[in-house]
Amino acid sequence: MKRRHFLKSFTVGAAVASALSLGALQPAYGQSTIKVGVLHSLSGTMAISETVLKDVTLMAIDEINAKGGVLGKKLEAVVVDPASNWPLFAEKARQLLSQDKVAVTFGCWTSVSRKSVLPVFEELNGLLFYPVQYEGEELSKNVFYTGAAPNQQAIPAVEYLMSKEGGAAKRWVLLGTDYVYPRTTNKILRAFLKSKGVADKDIDEKYTPFGHSDYQTIVADVKKFAAGGKTAVVSTINGDSNVPFYKELGNQGLKATDVPVVAFSVGEEELRGVDTKPLVGHLAAWNYFMSIKSPANDEFTKKWAAYAKAKKLPGADKPLTNDPMEAAYIGIYMWKQAVEKAKTTDVDKVIAAMAGQTFKAPSGITSKMDEKNHHLHKAVFIGEVKADGQFNVVWKTKGPVKAQPWSPFIAGNDKKKDEPDGKTVIAK
Amino acid sequence: MRTPLYRLPPLFLRIAMMAVLASALWLPGVTRAALPASVIEKLALGETEDKIAAVGEVVAAADPEGLNFLLLLLDGKVQTVANKQAIIVRDGKAVDAVTGKDIAPPPEGAEDIILNNRLRREIEAAIAALKLVSADRTARLAAAKALEGGADEGMLPILAKALEKESDPEIKALLLIIQASVQLKSSDAAVRLSAVKALAGSSSSSTKTVLLAILEKKGDEWAEPDAAVRAEAQISLEAVERRLVTGQRIGQVFSGASLGSILLLAALGLAITYGLMGVINMAHGELIMIGAYTTYMVQNLFRAHAPGAFNWYLLAAVPMAFIVSALVGMVLERVVIRFLYGRPLETLLATWGISLMLIQGVRTLFGAQNVQVENPVWMSGGVELLSNVVLPYSRIVIIGFSGVVLLLVWLALTRTRLGLFVRGVTQNRAIASCMGVHTARVDTWCFGLGSGIAGLAGCALSQIGNVGPDLGQSYIVDSFMVVVLGGVGQLAGTVYAALGLGVVNKFLEGWAGAVIAKIIVLVFIIIFIQKRPQGLFALKGRFADA
Repeated sequence: MKRRHFLKSFTVGAAVASALSLGALQPAYGQSTIKVGVLHSLSGTMAISETVLKDVTLMAIDEINAKGGVLGKKLEAVVVDPASNWPLFAEKARQLLSQDKVAVTFGCWTSVSRKSVLPVFEELNGLLFYPVQYEGEELSKNVFYTGAAPNQQAIPAVEYLMSKEGGAAKRWVLLGTDYVYPRTTNKILRAFLKSKGVADKDIDEKYTPFGHSDYQTIVADVKKFAAGGKTAVVSTINGDSNVPFYKELGNQGLKATDVPVVAFSVGEEELRGVDTKPLVGHLAAWNYFMSIKSPANDEFTKKWAAYAKAKKLPGADKPLTNDPMEAAYIGIYMWKQAVEKAKTTDVDKVIAAMAGQTFKAPSGITSKMDEKNHHLHKAVFIGEVKADGQFNVVWKTKGPVKAQPWSPFIAGNDKKKDEPDGKTVIAK
Repeated sequence: MRTPLYRLPPLFLRIAMMAVLASALWLPGVTRAALPASVIEKLALGETEDKIAAVGEVVAAADPEGLNFLLLLLDGKVQTVANKQAIIVRDGKAVDAVTGKDIAPPPEGAEDIILNNRLRREIEAAIAALKLVSADRTARLAAAKALEGGADEGMLPILAKALEKESDPEIKALLLIIQASVQLKSSDAAVRLSAVKALAGSSSSSTKTVLLAILEKKGDEWAEPDAAVRAEAQISLEAVERRLVTGQRIGQVFSGASLGSILLLAALGLAITYGLMGVINMAHGELIMIGAYTTYMVQNLFRAHAPGAFNWYLLAAVPMAFIVSALVGMVLERVVIRFLYGRPLETLLATWGISLMLIQGVRTLFGAQNVQVENPVWMSGGVELLSNVVLPYSRIVIIGFSGVVLLLVWLALTRTRLGLFVRGVTQNRAIASCMGVHTARVDTWCFGLGSGIAGLAGCALSQIGNVGPDLGQSYIVDSFMVVVLGGVGQLAGTVYAALGLGVVNKFLEGWAGAVIAKIIVLVFIIIFIQKRPQGLFALKGRFADA
């Protein structure tokens, strides 16, 4: 009897409590903290890349909280692990939005995971900050893209390899993991190369499954293809497949001076644990490298090293920063600035306040959120791998470049608007 | 007064040593001046074009100091101070590159000279050209190989000099091919014709590149105006391509054998636990994973306690991986599996559950991220079989390793008492028991053996792939595929199936790409199993259906 009575009162209490919290007009005001979702794979094939993004987001949250939080409230991180499983991304996103009622979510790496959560964010009017370079061809009012669009990474990299300085490549191997980002990027690159007079027979597209670990045939094929003229490889391999790929390159002696490999998803973190001495000279195109010399970057790398050490993160003995980490860091600070400008965490108002936000980025430039298209203006850097796994910047743009989410190299894109549909217009 | 006196001898000694070194490398009796300041300045401080021009000057001067300087430049030992002064930094000491004077203390804010691929290519070619006249045969051979496809007109004098001196037929042949590839740019059609003829003897893919460039047509203009040269180039190209094709075939067979050896290692343990004992062990992949993590642990122990012997940690990791996986397997058998003999569905579900528990356990212990297992030095790199075939050491070692494991398993099953019992129990448990065999104990040992072999597979896989909690998941399907295809119940089928699948997979991959190849192989196996459910090699006799 007693027990049942207790249960009953407990249930009633819980129901009242939840009704109260539902009744509050804006959940964030009803609580003493602002909940922030962190949606990165902490296991599976993408964990190699995404785990540090979770950590850098938590670091930024700690920093913001140490300075008094946002709107006088502390941020509270809700970390979930979608485990490199694309449908699980959507489930976890729904959980963050409808159960945890997060004000904003920082997350995703692969485009397939972003595509999977996109309908959820649009349906529930959530807010997602996506920190990784991607293929473009998307513009949602609920997403801010703090990574590069193709014209901020892929196109400049290919142009560089075509130049005399970059080795004047005539033939191209487009090598990627088999999913939407590499396929779309390669479609754009193929159109771009054709516009530069490269024939179809001089372009070889190759795909491997996620988690592929045997790159013998691929490397042998690249060698064979390269005998037909000066060749460059554009790699959009994602996740931990990069480790066996680069090991195989090194073991088979495919040197960067003969066949340079430029990668779009390989940074300092992915090369950790690979012997980079045989890989010297292979390239990566990003909007940030750890080796960039700027006061903002010194501060960023120092903060990260201290954080990694304090939290005893794996690899804290050799703390590394990379481009998506920088993009994640910029993203959370811009969101904070926008919330402070809008004086609320209401999604529509924050979206409106995001336009034109600026932040002194670790890459040394002042990064600006475009007034319209939800993408950052970014400087482009091309780096060559050094023997210690860091990158030497061998080429960079003069200043920030505006993103073109709709690539002009895909037919029909010229008619598309450079602004997401359905944005609430809020009078200033 | 004391300081300069104190400093003089080492400097003098250093110069003397350099002189000795130089005379050992170069023609004795020839004295050479140090690198001119203008060249050093251009190399260190100039723009890319200046640097390339200066590299050309160094080659033209054939200067041993120049070779040393280029080596230092490539090694990142040359730095610049305030874009004015070039210094050489070695072991924390700085020397002015032009005057050779010590700079103490080393200047602050010295910057690395950033070389891009284009510069590195020029410098590497120049170093190779300068080393062509080295006294050491292996150095000359390596230099000649490095220069194939990378030589330019500026190197003709040094090539001619090297050819004059060269007595080794192998190097001489290479030098002639290099010279011919440069002579292709000659304005004299007769020179070009003889050059094209000489190139027919090459077996390098860079020669193919050069010849293809001759045969190219730009608009209506041929890259090579002379028809006779073009015809000869076509003949030479075919000769070169024939040699290259042989290399490609060897490469494909090797990578097939390599994949086969990995499949064999992964499946061999399963061939015992599933093939002989009939246990559908879904946790087999996790036993492989445990072997890989054991390797990781042993590596860490060596790194922490015996860094000197780090290169040999695998020798300790192999038995440890076997023992740890075998122990885990035996515990599983004692605690879970022995209660489920003869109930395949329950076994399947129980072992699947165990596999999930093992994955989560490892995730909790070591973290969800992949851990790094470093290759020992002797396993990185490869042996160059032909100019276009490089066989990586790691894969050669794994092929050898799987052969040894196979031999040991075969010996264990056919030559030992345990092997006799195992065969007896699997053929007829009741009779074996009547003969006094402790069948339950044999089951445990047998399962331990199979699990231990899975651990060995993990140890090998850690050297070529990623080590993470999910490692086993990617091999469990492949392992079952091999065992079922080979025919349940004996080892020979497993061996043929593993090697066969490896080679077929690699040939298909080369033809249709990795994604399609995997699909084709799976479809093939489904059809094969429907037509021949007993697998490639079926056991014959009374016990076949037991």
